[in-house]
Amino acid sequence: MSETQQSQLLCDAAATDAFGRERLRDAFQKMVGIRRFEERAAREYASGKISGFCHLYIGQEAVATGSLAALEAKDHVITAYRDHAHALLRGCTPRDTMAELFGKVTGNARGRGGSMHMFAAEQGFHGGHGIVGAHIPLATGFGWASRYEKRGDVTLCFFGDGALNQGAFYESLNLASLWNLPVIYIVENNRYAMGTGLERASAVVDLYKKAEGFGMPGVAVDGMDVAKMWEVTSEAVERARNDMRPTFIEARCYRYRGHSMSDPQKYRTKEEVEDYKQVDPILLAERTLHERGWATEEETEAWDEAAREAAADAADFADSSPQPRLADVGEYVYQTPFTWHPAEGTTPHKRD
Amino acid sequence: MATMSFREALNAALDEEMARDPKVFLMGEEVGQYQGAYKVSQGLLEKYGEDRVVDTPITELSFAGVGVGAAMLGLRPVIEMMTFNFAILALDQIINNAAKMRLMSGGQYTVPIVFRGPNGPAHMLGAQHSQATENWFCNVPGLKVVAPSTPNDGKGLLKAAIRDDDPVIFLEAELMYNMKGEVSDAADYVLPLGKCHVKREGTDVTIISFSKGIHHALGAAEELAKVGVSAEVVDLRTLRPLDMEGIARSVKKTNRVVTVEEGWPYGGIGAEIAYRIQHDLFDYLDAPVTRVTGLDVPMPYAENLEELVLPTPRDVILAVNSVLYRS
Ligand SMILES: Cc1ncc(C[n+]2csc(CCOP(=O)(O)OP(=O)(O)O)c2C)c(N)n1
Ligand SMILES: [Mg+2]
Repeated sequence: MSETQQSQLLCDAAATDAFGRERLRDAFQKMVGIRRFEERAAREYASGKISGFCHLYIGQEAVATGSLAALEAKDHVITAYRDHAHALLRGCTPRDTMAELFGKVTGNARGRGGSMHMFAAEQGFHGGHGIVGAHIPLATGFGWASRYEKRGDVTLCFFGDGALNQGAFYESLNLASLWNLPVIYIVENNRYAMGTGLERASAVVDLYKKAEGFGMPGVAVDGMDVAKMWEVTSEAVERARNDMRPTFIEARCYRYRGHSMSDPQKYRTKEEVEDYKQVDPILLAERTLHERGWATEEETEAWDEAAREAAADAADFADSSPQPRLADVGEYVYQTPFTWHPAEGTTPHKRD
Repeated sequence: MATMSFREALNAALDEEMARDPKVFLMGEEVGQYQGAYKVSQGLLEKYGEDRVVDTPITELSFAGVGVGAAMLGLRPVIEMMTFNFAILALDQIINNAAKMRLMSGGQYTVPIVFRGPNGPAHMLGAQHSQATENWFCNVPGLKVVAPSTPNDGKGLLKAAIRDDDPVIFLEAELMYNMKGEVSDAADYVLPLGKCHVKREGTDVTIISFSKGIHHALGAAEELAKVGVSAEVVDLRTLRPLDMEGIARSVKKTNRVVTVEEGWPYGGIGAEIAYRIQHDLFDYLDAPVTRVTGLDVPMPYAENLEELVLPTPRDVILAVNSVLYRS
């Protein structure tokens, strides 16, 4: 964290000026919405309503919230498995996101995806991907399609610092630069890939410097500052939309919770986590709103309360929703129908 | 009918589909300026330009993924693998992304993509450049797998694959590109996916195969006819979905089955077909289903060893003799 921030605990002043009152108020509400949603999800997980992997974004909210604020409706977003925030910001509702976590048919992926695979295709949110680094080529393909059809849309592609060591990253950024694709690659550098600290995995820890090897601009930004995230992403979006050039952004952030739900967190100290909580992205935005007189304490409290209620409503909705029908187990495998059954060639009694 | 090589027939299919639908584009290594490592894309760059005939760096993983991403947004990519040996680097994109996107998203995406290129044993290229990959893809729900055996089928099936809304793995036998055959000159010649085709009618035994294996089967049938054995040759054309109705029609007629493939035996195409036939058609069988496959070793280079590893018409004849209990 920078010294100015430590002393002021505010969002960057110039970026906040540009971001403006309305956008900061909106961003704060969105971040609180995501935070309360995920806290509720953690509770539901503890009570056994949610299973499997469940990666919380708590602490990183400013990265997605700020950068997505730079987009237009026609643009595209894709991320890895830590995807609840991106989903909620881009077309998924608290209800259909919680229902997806519960494995219910009312989920945004009809209960077929789960925590790691949220989607809202029509609103340009393309998942939710579980193989580290493997969605980076997909984002590059969105950029390709955009150029091919001269659509004028841009793609934001998020991934973790762990993904940066995968071949898919290197191949994709090379192609995006070579082919002039309107894609913005954002590494959410939360300093850990599961239990592996960045310096144990990457020979270069200033990740933004890797952009140079692809001949594209690379920039590091304080990912705890929602206004700054918006500012830096906006510049990249402009470059993509107007000049068809990709950008690589390193968003320096931190996750407060474990990697997934069962993580003893032996790889870091409690002090380190507490340190980062001093620059909690929601806290920074809240203090900035108050300090500038852009929102009263009553307002921010009311928004927080509304967020808790929305999360509770989502959990009720998910709980009372039905599971997918067993008869539909073969749905969504093929588009073109043909005589195929998932129990073909196996366990005959499962055909009934 | 016009006489064409397998390569020319595939080229015609690509050409026709690219002319018909501007969303179709071809991407891969050396497909443009070099005119295709096996010259399947000859002339297409000049005709359609470099936005639609796209040379890539040697990056199978990522250009496969670029294709999947483009398909998710409604384009119809044809991704050429220089050979399917290199598609192994793209397996993650093909299996985890192309095949599963529809299910994972609860039906929000179709992925109308074709991965095509040479597959199967070639001549003296050694272990890494000479292998059959079809059964790996056939294991994956969400994929369709097509393996034509003639220029005519190649054209009709490739056009169908490009029009299909699901990801299709289109396997072209590497040693068949120069093979000539009669190709329909119907204005828009499209064959159905998922349907097998009887390449030769017979009554005593059914030989089931696909791709280059069909020619071993036909060669064997020819020889067998001389000794009074009437073999029916069923060409699967599409390996997934498997046309069990078509297979059953033939098995009910002949009651004896031999499968032929060039790949390894363990978990191969013949294994799947044999299981299904013994389960669904047990009462129709007069002999156990017998397989002819490549031998269970990585492909050796030496010519005599390679010859030993690969199935031949003679192997097929011996297998037919065994299911007919003749010596
Ligand atoms: C190809 C692959 N290898 C391993 C895993 C298991 N895995 C899941 S998340 C993860 C850590 C990734 O860390 P990072 O990219 O920094 O993202 P973060 O979890 O910090 O958001 C690992 C190793 C995986 N999902 N995919
Ligand atoms: Mg990380």
